[in-house]
Amino acid sequence: MKVRVFVYLKKGVLDPQGKAVEHALHSLGFNNASDVRISRVVDLHIKTTEAEEAKKQGEKMARALLANEVIEDFYVEVSA
Amino acid sequence: MKIGIVVFPGTNRERDMAQAFQVASGQAPEMLWHQQDNVDGFDLIVLPGGFSFGDYLRSGAMAAHSPIMRAVRQFAEKGGYVLGVCNGFQLLTEAQMLPGALLRNAGMRFLAQDCHLKVEGRDSVFTAGWKSGAVFRAPLAHGDGNYTASRDVLDRLEGEGRVAFRYCDAAGRVKDDDEHINMNGSARSIAGVLSENRRVCGLMPHPENLTEEILGGTDGLPLFSGILEALG
Repeated sequence: MKVRVFVYLKKGVLDPQGKAVEHALHSLGFNNASDVRISRVVDLHIKTTEAEEAKKQGEKMARALLANEVIEDFYVEVSA
Repeated sequence: MKIGIVVFPGTNRERDMAQAFQVASGQAPEMLWHQQDNVDGFDLIVLPGGFSFGDYLRSGAMAAHSPIMRAVRQFAEKGGYVLGVCNGFQLLTEAQMLPGALLRNAGMRFLAQDCHLKVEGRDSVFTAGWKSGAVFRAPLAHGDGNYTASRDVLDRLEGEGRVAFRYCDAAGRVKDDDEHINMNGSARSIAGVLSENRRVCGLMPHPENLTEEILGGTDGLPLFSGILEALG
């Protein structure tokens, strides 16, 4: 199964990178852009045909390493 | 007293750290490679600065899961002393041996400059070399030094005297929203914290780089002389 782990900063956690990108977008004329946040996507493959099992493992990986739950939230998507 | 300095791929401040302890004690610490899986017989384990594993994923995240960190965690659980500086501090938060996390500097820039620190931590070997409230100068060099934690955790750290060091100006004034004083934007200007048993300490700046006159001063020396005196 293909597993995609989305890791993003929790609401309220300052994202200076997002802020800088937002400023750059404004200077390119995209003045209506706001609330820019930068996230991370981790793609991986898990040797199983069970979607539930793949999702569970992806979540385990996120908790163990891929996300830091002090500052980040995550969700996992699975596809064949 | 036996001191071990852990070296990961990408660590680059281990020699500075060794030199500081050498100056303070006359004895050279031992270097420990990250694949080693025990730290038996040591009195103090030091996690120095650098860019372990290239700061991949998050600063310190990969190093936190290396074989030696399992041993360092057990060592700390048994009451062992652990000091983490810069990347070592990031690593200790990633390993959940210290609360909070270190985010990208609020101004986005990598900072390499001197700062001033106010000594606030109580009853710890890491602050024993100073009088409480003392102010000293220390170099800092980091991109991810913006300390953050939930309000509950911050309140608890302050209430228990576990904020070891705070960013301040040369006169000791702390101003959270002044980017010249709290230059990385840390919550409540926190530069260093202590664990619950006060035996694990992490801080972002580098006192080890100001321990000899030839380096520009000895402002950082009390960290090392204080530890050595307290631990005998």
